[in-house]
Amino acid sequence: MATQNSRSAARLMLAPAVILLLGWMLVPLTMTLWFSFRKYLPLRGGDQGWVGLDNYVRFVSSSSFWPSVQTTLIIVGGVLVITVVFGVLLALLLDQPMWGQGIVRILVIAPFFVMPTVSALVWKNIFMDPVNGLFAHLWKFFGATPIEWLSQASIQSIVMIVSWQWLPFATLILLTAVQSLDGDQLEASEMDGAKPLQRFGYIILPHLARAITIVVLIQTIFLLSIFAEIFVTTGGAFGTKTLTYLIFQRVLESQNIGLGSAGGIYAVILANIVAIFLMRIVGKNLDA
Amino acid sequence: MGTITLKQVTKSFGDTQVIPPLDLQINDGEFVVFVGPSGCGKSTLLRLIAGLEDVTSGHIEIDGADATNIPPSKRGLSMVFQSYALYPHMSVRKNIAFPLKMAGIEPEIAKKKVEDAAQVLNLTDYLERRPGQLSGGQRQRVAIGRAIVREPEAFLFDEPLSNLDAALRVNMRLEISELHQELATTMIYVTHDQVEAMTMADKIVVLQAGVIEQVGSPLELYSSPANRFVAGFIGSPKMNFIEGETAAKYDAHAIGVRPEHFILSNKQTKDGWEGKVEVSEHLGSDTFFHINAGKQGVLTVRAIGEYALRHGDACWVKPDEDRIHRFDAAGLTLGS
Amino acid sequence: MARKITNNRKIINTAAAWGIGLLIFFPILWTILTSFKTEATAIADPPVFLFFDWTMENYSVVQERSNYGRFLWNSIFIAGGSTILGIIVAIPAAWSMAFVPSKRTKDILLWMLSTKMLPAVGVLYPIYLLFIKFGLLDSVLGLTIVLMLINLPIIVWMLYTYFREIPGEILEASRMDGASLKSEILYVLTPMAVPGIASTLLLNFILAWNEAFWTLNLTAAKAAPLTAFIASYSSPEGLFYAKLSAASTMAIAPILVLGWFSQKQLVRGLTFGAVK
Repeated sequence: MATQNSRSAARLMLAPAVILLLGWMLVPLTMTLWFSFRKYLPLRGGDQGWVGLDNYVRFVSSSSFWPSVQTTLIIVGGVLVITVVFGVLLALLLDQPMWGQGIVRILVIAPFFVMPTVSALVWKNIFMDPVNGLFAHLWKFFGATPIEWLSQASIQSIVMIVSWQWLPFATLILLTAVQSLDGDQLEASEMDGAKPLQRFGYIILPHLARAITIVVLIQTIFLLSIFAEIFVTTGGAFGTKTLTYLIFQRVLESQNIGLGSAGGIYAVILANIVAIFLMRIVGKNLDA
Repeated sequence: MGTITLKQVTKSFGDTQVIPPLDLQINDGEFVVFVGPSGCGKSTLLRLIAGLEDVTSGHIEIDGADATNIPPSKRGLSMVFQSYALYPHMSVRKNIAFPLKMAGIEPEIAKKKVEDAAQVLNLTDYLERRPGQLSGGQRQRVAIGRAIVREPEAFLFDEPLSNLDAALRVNMRLEISELHQELATTMIYVTHDQVEAMTMADKIVVLQAGVIEQVGSPLELYSSPANRFVAGFIGSPKMNFIEGETAAKYDAHAIGVRPEHFILSNKQTKDGWEGKVEVSEHLGSDTFFHINAGKQGVLTVRAIGEYALRHGDACWVKPDEDRIHRFDAAGLTLGS
Repeated sequence: MARKITNNRKIINTAAAWGIGLLIFFPILWTILTSFKTEATAIADPPVFLFFDWTMENYSVVQERSNYGRFLWNSIFIAGGSTILGIIVAIPAAWSMAFVPSKRTKDILLWMLSTKMLPAVGVLYPIYLLFIKFGLLDSVLGLTIVLMLINLPIIVWMLYTYFREIPGEILEASRMDGASLKSEILYVLTPMAVPGIASTLLLNFILAWNEAFWTLNLTAAKAAPLTAFIASYSSPEGLFYAKLSAASTMAIAPILVLGWFSQKQLVRGLTFGAVK
């Protein structure tokens, strides 16, 4: 569908984007890979040479590794369950006829546009502060002892904050998917005698399956690397150290570049496993 | 001047060759129609001439100069697309003026040219509108306007009427023919509709599977088709083909008789083929009978509008002996 | 076939949706309200909802104390600059892939996507090192480049999906009309794609504005945008709810407004066209 002329022009015009991204991907990644095989402590003796797989072994065998994996899984899993379940329900509700639908949509979407540091800080202080927070007032009103959210229920608190940020995303995408459902199909199933719950189970949910998969995959990629929410609220204390945060600490706080880089490579591999599934779906869609 | 010469032009997409080596000469001022069934390569051929596709091998000459490697913007040709391809964000005036702007023509001269073209095409009242606010026929005219202001060496039309309704199509057909009379510029016109080809062309190029089956004037193609494909493609309703015993009598593998070249009778005739009317289509001016003539098969026969035969009636048909086309087993026309 | 919905059901729907909507929006609303309270009212028990003495004092205090304007300017520069740079690089690339697709187009698109999924923390130190080496640490320029690179795949993708909706015949027509490649992109493609380009700009501006990994890790005082400005409030000294709220409101207000305009594009941009 094109001439030699336009093909070479196309190659030329594609080049800047490809070169930039290639550089952006390869240069730092190669450096990380290089560092991960070296004992490198910038503040304590600098680059002390080749250590083979030592960093990889030490990263995994350190006492903070498995707890951080666990924390990561709890946060990612918790947020996914909450956002997908409530996202589906909310999408179905918003699809119903009502007054002021546009405004409700806006209200629901708003949290997605709040910058992560703001939402973390607002939740931490104005809502979850054990003395002056709104929740503390509420607990006291009912005669209960206020909870010290970010120390006693730290993971739950972070899951809640992050879910609040990502629920709009899930809802919006699922709503788009719900709206693309063919109304005739639902009417046909109603004529076939399907009850509301059956219609949900046999028609709506299968229709949403693809959108749900996409929400899960995209969110997983973003959630694996959440940073600001933890940085601002607990700074990694009280069992909220995720894999990402652990690597961040190894690199910038304890300045153990070799160890941190090995962790970084683990994180890259983990993200790629999820990414492969996402790309399969996106790629299939591209052919259609 | 607008002579276009194709020399041994081929086109392949990947491993599939859509146009085997092809030669064609288009003379200045000619109205040439490429016609053939869909997928025959006629649009590809047009796009090769336009420069929107590269030839795989061979040469294209415009006015005697090799244009094979010249980009479309510099070939001095204009094209009217099937979808009209108007610029939706520009007014009609700006659409028509676009080629002039690209050629760097001074705004005042361009304005004059656009208005002249609009006059010719009855678009003067619509110059400030956007394409989205126009009817199909008007859009078509804007597309033509955009093509004529360039004063090209040749116009290329890619099935320009296929998105219009039947009545409008007949009108536009006339308008394009008139335009050709007036401008006397070479026009190359692609269509799958043989009626358009017959009515508009000076020269018809019949294509099948990328191969030129025949080149000739409409009447040449009608009266002496080179082969069975052309014979069947040109003319409406289609030519009847009869094989077997009947054809053998004429020393041919198959014979072809156009519906209008039968003598139809409701009384038994000496050497007529006996048949039974299956369907009769009354168009007013004509009547088409579909007659089951036994071993000759079902024949389409054209008669005058008032011919009174009904479903089930017996009748006798006899081909006009002078207008029987004879074909050999390969489908080529046999000489007389 | 419109279906008859009883008014009762519509009322229940409306009540439920508004209730949930307000609940979700409440933290933002509360923050905005608190920003107009005095510090004492802000932590009052029981909390005051609407009936308090509204004051603008917090806003002026925040601006005086922290040179808010500079952070704001940094945010605008970084988000705006990275988006515009990204668009300039992405338009030709998206043109190529949308209108001159080759066998590799799909692979290139997916590969671009995969760079977006690279966990930032995995390359934190190398970038840090490169930034020091090139003197980009704590510079607006450095951050602009990094944010451009992390959002480039999304920009290319969004433009690609918009461009694909433009019929190729129109571009071919412009070629037949004598347009060079430059004129084709400038006079035909870009104006036709204006809505798509605008949405892309908008969404990526928002994403860059809210980015909170690189902005926190690669800036100190000079180039810090609003994300870092807000994070500076997390230190225990000087924790004042009303002022915190005022600062937060200022940081999110512009983007909330922009965000509401870009709801539809959000889906396309963040799912890479996989959900329509």
